[in-house]
Amino acid sequence: MTDFGAAFAAAFAMVAGFDPDLAEIVGLSLQVSLLAVGLATVIGLPVGAAVALFRFPGRTALVVALNALMGLPPVVVGLIVYLLLSRAGPFGVLGLLFTPTAMIIAQVLLVTPIIAALTRQVVEDLWVEYEDQMRSLGAGPARALTALLWDGRFTLITAVLAGFGRASAEVGAVMIVGGNIDHVTRVMTTAIALEVSKGDLALALGLGIVLMTLSLAVNAAAFLVKETAQRHYG
Amino acid sequence: MMAPSPSILPLELRDVSFEAGGKRLVKDFSCTFAGGKRSIVLGPNGAGKSLLLRLCHGLIRPSAGEVIWHGAGGGIDPASRQAMVFQRPVMLRRSVAANVDYALSLRGLDRSRRTALVDEALARAGLSRLAASPARVLSVGEQQKLALARVWALKPEVLFLDEPTASLDPSATHGVEEIIAAIHAAGTRIIMTTHDLGQARRLADEVLFLHRGRLLERATAEAFFAQPKNDLAQAFIRGELLWWRRGRDNLAARPGAPSEEGDPPCTVH
Amino acid sequence: MHRSLSRFPAVALMIVVLALVVTQARAGERFITVTSTTSTQNSGLYGHLLPIFTGVTGIEVRVVAVGTGQAIRLARQGDADVLFVHHKASEEKFVAEGFGVARFDVMYNDFVIVGPKADPAKVRGMTDAAKALVKIAAAKAAFASRGDNSGTNKKELELWKTAGVDARGVSGSWYRETGSGMGATLNTASAMNAYALTDRATWIKFANKGDLAVMVEGDDRLYNQYGIILVSPAKHPHVKAKDGQAFIDWILSEDGQEAIAAYHISGEQAFFPNAARAGY
Repeated sequence: MTDFGAAFAAAFAMVAGFDPDLAEIVGLSLQVSLLAVGLATVIGLPVGAAVALFRFPGRTALVVALNALMGLPPVVVGLIVYLLLSRAGPFGVLGLLFTPTAMIIAQVLLVTPIIAALTRQVVEDLWVEYEDQMRSLGAGPARALTALLWDGRFTLITAVLAGFGRASAEVGAVMIVGGNIDHVTRVMTTAIALEVSKGDLALALGLGIVLMTLSLAVNAAAFLVKETAQRHYG
Repeated sequence: MMAPSPSILPLELRDVSFEAGGKRLVKDFSCTFAGGKRSIVLGPNGAGKSLLLRLCHGLIRPSAGEVIWHGAGGGIDPASRQAMVFQRPVMLRRSVAANVDYALSLRGLDRSRRTALVDEALARAGLSRLAASPARVLSVGEQQKLALARVWALKPEVLFLDEPTASLDPSATHGVEEIIAAIHAAGTRIIMTTHDLGQARRLADEVLFLHRGRLLERATAEAFFAQPKNDLAQAFIRGELLWWRRGRDNLAARPGAPSEEGDPPCTVH
Repeated sequence: MHRSLSRFPAVALMIVVLALVVTQARAGERFITVTSTTSTQNSGLYGHLLPIFTGVTGIEVRVVAVGTGQAIRLARQGDADVLFVHHKASEEKFVAEGFGVARFDVMYNDFVIVGPKADPAKVRGMTDAAKALVKIAAAKAAFASRGDNSGTNKKELELWKTAGVDARGVSGSWYRETGSGMGATLNTASAMNAYALTDRATWIKFANKGDLAVMVEGDDRLYNQYGIILVSPAKHPHVKAKDGQAFIDWILSEDGQEAIAAYHISGEQAFFPNAARAGY
């Protein structure tokens, strides 16, 4: 139990001392994960809604695939992105390996299926309720798509939060494509992994506490926004 | 928008049938709706009233037969000249005014023209003071009025209403009936289903009586409520149709078809 | 078009632009990428060394710390400018195949065999690593191996070979391959009171020793040589040969070598510089 006490002490010391290294790591973590989730949302919402609304050959297979991709192993995504971005790979000339951009790309790949799959479910359920009304007003699936996304916005916040949770918690992908380079690509999770490998479990757990607190804060903020807005809009 | 261009009416259903799950739910339905009147479709649950409205409105396609808008053609899309109000209106998660505005935007009106139409429709439905409120927090009665304001703004030539007051209290029902009457007075053809015989008496110009997917009688409201020709319809307006359920639908297959005299009512087992 | 529809592309564009800005913010900087081993990273050497070099030259050094095997693979793919690892045979092969320009000795330290203080295999104080491994195998005492093709792992496998024990053949019984870095393997060893081979610098710095202590040291075979190689610009034209070479030159220079010698962990010198330089 001494480890837990030391962990909380370490976490408190880091936060209370405004440790600049910690601030940098936290900042990069948020930057990478929030941007990745933003991009994944921009891609995932329309894709999910389109899969929900349109009927096309292979749709069922796509739905199953999307659901399965929610559980994509981060290490595999990391490896794929590494092979793509490596100098020997097809996008090697861009020189993106071991940069925050590479980490964002990997997290977008991880998070987009989650947001798309959850969006599909939300929009499909809404469409059951709305279809007659929307068709009657003259809106087929294509024109109803954005209205449905907008009306599902409170539920979709949960989908986006699920994506954020995944992005901020994963270590496998960012470790491989980011390289855990000090001051460049070191984020909360890779820093934790590094401290574990140094055997400094208290510091690792302290970082973990900071990460969980951040995650809790983001979720609480989103929850408050959602609840307030939902009470207002019904 | 009721353009001065030619009417899309009359609407003709020619031998229309509708099947789902291997069951024929609407059977060989033929009739014509010309302009002007308010038609009320009556019948017990499962008679096919809602299906009939959906077939007319184009929400579902007939398994056999045709739905023909005789006035359409020459570039007129009949879908843009009709509207429908459902038993439970679906309100978008946005303001009252934005709900009306959205319907208008779907008809391709630009923003500058929409604002005035939205205000007008809300005023006529008595919802002006709620214009900025979120639509979903309105009472059911207010939501139904909003649904009517939403279609009214579209100025449809034909309006279908599927049991619009089924989940409303008497006062809200009264408000909705007033709006329906006003929409009709402004020149819109009304085709509506209801379970409420009192409402049918108040609103109907003519009555269509459906039973088990067939049209059994079509008559003016006056004639129908005085004495329906069909014996099932007679039982229905007496509130006794339940006693007539078994073994009867094959006896009176066609509108106005004579039923067997002296057939005793079936008893419930 | 209603509002949410017209807003969507604008928001999408904004996020993409933001993502690009984040990337570009660091693009103008002068840096080289060095793939190296977890042992040098975990020992804290780079935290001591690199600021000195960057201060002198203005070149930032980005270290990607992985096992030697993976570090060499990264360098072969052209994903690094400089390779700084500790398995001479693999390094020479890397140069011979044309992926590296030339290999230079930089520094050394040594490996040690650590194990539980209870010492079930009775190897404490031995100076013959191979014989110690034979005893560990005979006692079927738990042994945690990196199992990750790293420099340390390769060294360990060589020692087993010398000992004449086919440890990998019984992997999963008393011989356990963690398939992970030095620190993770030491954490595992600490948790299950297993013996393990580790480089001394990582061991000194390691904070989760638990009941483990150094059991075997001082064998010549436990010598641990680090080498540095510039990735061949002929093979990979994008390699920052000039800045990479500047780093190598500095590491091998008197200043660099002194900086290495000056690094101490808990009062102990962690690495011993041994670059062979002309006229020195």
